[in-house]
Amino acid sequence: MANKGWDEFEIGAMLRTFDGSIDDIAGTPQQDRSYSPNSSYMASVADWRLIKPVFNKDYCIDCQFCWIYCPDVSIISRDKKLIGVDMDHCKGCGICVEVCPTNPKSLLMYGEHEDEETVIANWPKKDEGEA
Amino acid sequence: MAFDKMELRDIEVWDGNHAAAQALRQCQVDVVSAYPITPSTAIVEGYAKFKSDNRVEGEFVMVESEHAAMSGCIGAAAAGGRVATATSSQGLALMSETLYQASGMRLPIVLNIVNRALAAPLNVNCDHSDMYMVRDSGWIQFDAYSPQESYDLNFIAFKVSEDHDIRLPAVVNQDGFLTSHTAQGIHTLSDDVAFNFVGEYKPMNDMLDFEHPVSHGVQTEEDWHFEHKARQHNDLMLKAGPKIDEVFADFEKLTGRKYSQVEKYNMDDADVVVFCLGSSVETAREVATEMRAKGVKAGVIGLRVIRPFPFMEIREALKDVKAVAILDRSAPGGAAGAMFNEVCTTMYAADNKPLISGYIYGLGGRDLTKAHLVSLYNELEANVKAGKVTTQLQQFIGVRGPKLAYL
Repeated sequence: MANKGWDEFEIGAMLRTFDGSIDDIAGTPQQDRSYSPNSSYMASVADWRLIKPVFNKDYCIDCQFCWIYCPDVSIISRDKKLIGVDMDHCKGCGICVEVCPTNPKSLLMYGEHEDEETVIANWPKKDEGEA
Repeated sequence: MAFDKMELRDIEVWDGNHAAAQALRQCQVDVVSAYPITPSTAIVEGYAKFKSDNRVEGEFVMVESEHAAMSGCIGAAAAGGRVATATSSQGLALMSETLYQASGMRLPIVLNIVNRALAAPLNVNCDHSDMYMVRDSGWIQFDAYSPQESYDLNFIAFKVSEDHDIRLPAVVNQDGFLTSHTAQGIHTLSDDVAFNFVGEYKPMNDMLDFEHPVSHGVQTEEDWHFEHKARQHNDLMLKAGPKIDEVFADFEKLTGRKYSQVEKYNMDDADVVVFCLGSSVETAREVATEMRAKGVKAGVIGLRVIRPFPFMEIREALKDVKAVAILDRSAPGGAAGAMFNEVCTTMYAADNKPLISGYIYGLGGRDLTKAHLVSLYNELEANVKAGKVTTQLQQFIGVRGPKLAYL
């Protein structure tokens, strides 16, 4: 958001989530909502993440556990299919990995610098010892 | 849901607390979030009783502390309601953090402060330590000298505070016990006339407007905080004063009762003047009248609006005055009295430079007697005769032991 002078913004420690008026926001997909530049949806709030979840769709069963448990609404799911992780908002807490029930897991934590294609190519195999 | 109106006599015998509670009822306050404390208790207790008697359509929120009381007011005001509460002394101290939240969020809340000393030693009686503690919190601050004024100023406070050009919370001060528990004949407004004066609450940026979602109380750091505080100060300095004058004029038209940011008594040709706050103003007026009979050109200035501080009005009021005593009813804690400081600042760049001396008085409910004020006027006369302040700049009035004077 551009900086403004003291007389150029609305009074109060108050920000609007959307530009203009909204209607049926629950029925409007995120990408179609008129988020204002002041909404944290429009900003990266993840620049202090140290480890990141990598999603491997080959093992995902679309159970939605990660979507339900993510404390920052950073799991992107459409029509009950997991699409990926919103890296502008994910803080790298690892809860999605913790709750993932597949074997091997469909989400695993890696260092922020690690290459996604490489880690997916070297994804752990099924743990046969697990029931 | 409907509520029952009250038939009031033209003059009712009310104390300052009940007068304020009646004003809250007549303004049809939506939410009172409160934690009772002496001597302000009867204000919120009064509202609660009106509510349980179906005399008001609103919510009384019982909370666990004054911090929570003002937090509840902030939430209700951000949601879009007409909101008020009351507190005193230690309660205000605990509330103080949230006062800055309310003003920074530009939420119109009316807070009745029934002025009481701050411990230690514990004391429930009047002084202005609590008033002074929050003087820089960004609230508009009125001062009532009598129960009638505590009634009137509540209506005025809502009307100023809720104006969309202002949107700043407002305090109405009154002296603990001296005003809050002293009954007086109050000229009342009928319920309809009173409500029409303040009008229906007009929401602004309210959280209950679901078509325009807002986040209140956001965080800003070094990139935005300064601009928000600057704007708040600018609106206090330039917008609040004219709006207060406008509402005072509207109120006078309605009731015949005239209020001014600076209340002048016998000031047209005054040489020696006492400047004070609270119920002391009425005592000083009586003494000034008696001094006039003795040939002393005595006047009184009462400060009606403490914030924004009416610099220009005070400069105008003191333009021909020779000596002025500034009375501060708060322990100055190693400095000059706050009002002494502010009046000195006001007069520093003025053409007329009256002799200004400061007095600390009345702590913890100690009486300010007429005899005190007589000797004070005599001291000012001596200063005028000598052409300089003949005493030290800060003196204590009414304290036992060896005389205390500094500066």
